[in-house]
Amino acid sequence: MKLWRKPLDQDRVVVPRGEIHLIVERCKGCQLCATYCPRDVLEMSSLFNTRGYHPPQVRNARRCLVCGLCTMLCPEFAIYVEEVGHDQ
Amino acid sequence: MVDELTDVLISKHHPMDKLLRQDRLPHIWCSGCGLGTVLTCFVSALEKLDLDMDQVVVVSGIGCTGRAAGYLNLDGFHTTHGRAIPFATGLKLGNPELKVVVISGDGDLMAIGGNHFIHAARRNMDLTVICVNNFNYGMTSGQLAPTTPTNARTSTSPYGNAEHPFNVPYLAAATGATYVARWTVLHVRRLERSIIEAMNKRGFSVVEVISPCPTYYGRWNKMGSALEQMKYYHDKSTIRHWSDPAQADIGLEGQIIVGRFVDIDKPTFCDLLQGADQ
Ligand SMILES: Cc1ncc(C[n+]2csc(CCOP(=O)(O)OP(=O)(O)O)c2C)c(N)n1
Ligand code: SF4
Ligand SMILES: [Mg+2]
Repeated sequence: MKLWRKPLDQDRVVVPRGEIHLIVERCKGCQLCATYCPRDVLEMSSLFNTRGYHPPQVRNARRCLVCGLCTMLCPEFAIYVEEVGHDQ
Repeated sequence: MVDELTDVLISKHHPMDKLLRQDRLPHIWCSGCGLGTVLTCFVSALEKLDLDMDQVVVVSGIGCTGRAAGYLNLDGFHTTHGRAIPFATGLKLGNPELKVVVISGDGDLMAIGGNHFIHAARRNMDLTVICVNNFNYGMTSGQLAPTTPTNARTSTSPYGNAEHPFNVPYLAAATGATYVARWTVLHVRRLERSIIEAMNKRGFSVVEVISPCPTYYGRWNKMGSALEQMKYYHDKSTIRHWSDPAQADIGLEGQIIVGRFVDIDKPTFCDLLQGADQ
């Protein structure tokens, strides 16, 4: 991120990093998570689950900030994000 | 094969699973239906509310929305069509300590259950009602509902609806509800907050959720994919807190006014009953 001045609290701000978990067989391929992730972390895959739907996959893991929007939007309780440490 | 998914950790359980009946998942709702997200918002609201889950009861009527109670790992009841509110009223009167929530569809609550809705509001029964409005009877293949916008097509109005629809927030406010809000499913955070506020409210609280039914209503009205329908409702909505719900009619086109409309305090039915006792 480009900053126009150094924020006063820069040394205290931590940027969380997340990992995406998927319960593949619950996914119905609605694309909500991949469409609305504000950081473009997800994309739809071309693989099939046993029900014939395309589950999402991660396109850019480093960009996830654990906002949790995918967890909240998923109508199937199929995706969630967990915080795994942070960048300074 | 699915282990070829890039950078995804394959799991068996979801953090919300403790409030869900996992043996019933995946649920029956169509791909892209808004109902699953409403349930996610409800579970997320429950996690944030400091409540004893043994004291929370969810009651549903019949319809796609009516399945909600059956997916929750809480006490609940799937009542007959339209009778979620009277069943919930009985529960609340039998055990006033309970937090009783009704999650049901527009058809269930506004058509066959319409009278129960207005009289529970009039009495100010201490219940929370989450009315999922998909503008039709989804479960029975997309018939006209009392909330179907004028001119909208459904399986029983193939040439366009000739009726005026109910405006749910206006009806709720006019008949006596103490908390009234409306959101679309994509307003997940605001919806979650309104569910929390409604459940904390003493009295008859109503949250209307505008939700896509891509399989019937969306198809009849050529609204595109589930995702497009969801985005359409979100894009058309204007947040106007505390505005007059009389102005919040929903037409086939045009804006959808969302926000919190009513938040007032007045004695509940139980309060008045106890007062009469003394
Ligand atoms: C007494 C009775 N009449 C009619 C029906 C048929 N029926 C089942 S669901 C439903 C409408 C549901 O509509 P809504 O509440 O909007 O739920 P949705 O499926 O749209 O979520 C009807 C009329 C019934 N089950 N019982
Ligand atoms: S029929 Fe409509 S309301 Fe019912 S599950 Fe399918 S999309 Fe949802
Ligand atoms: Mg309906």
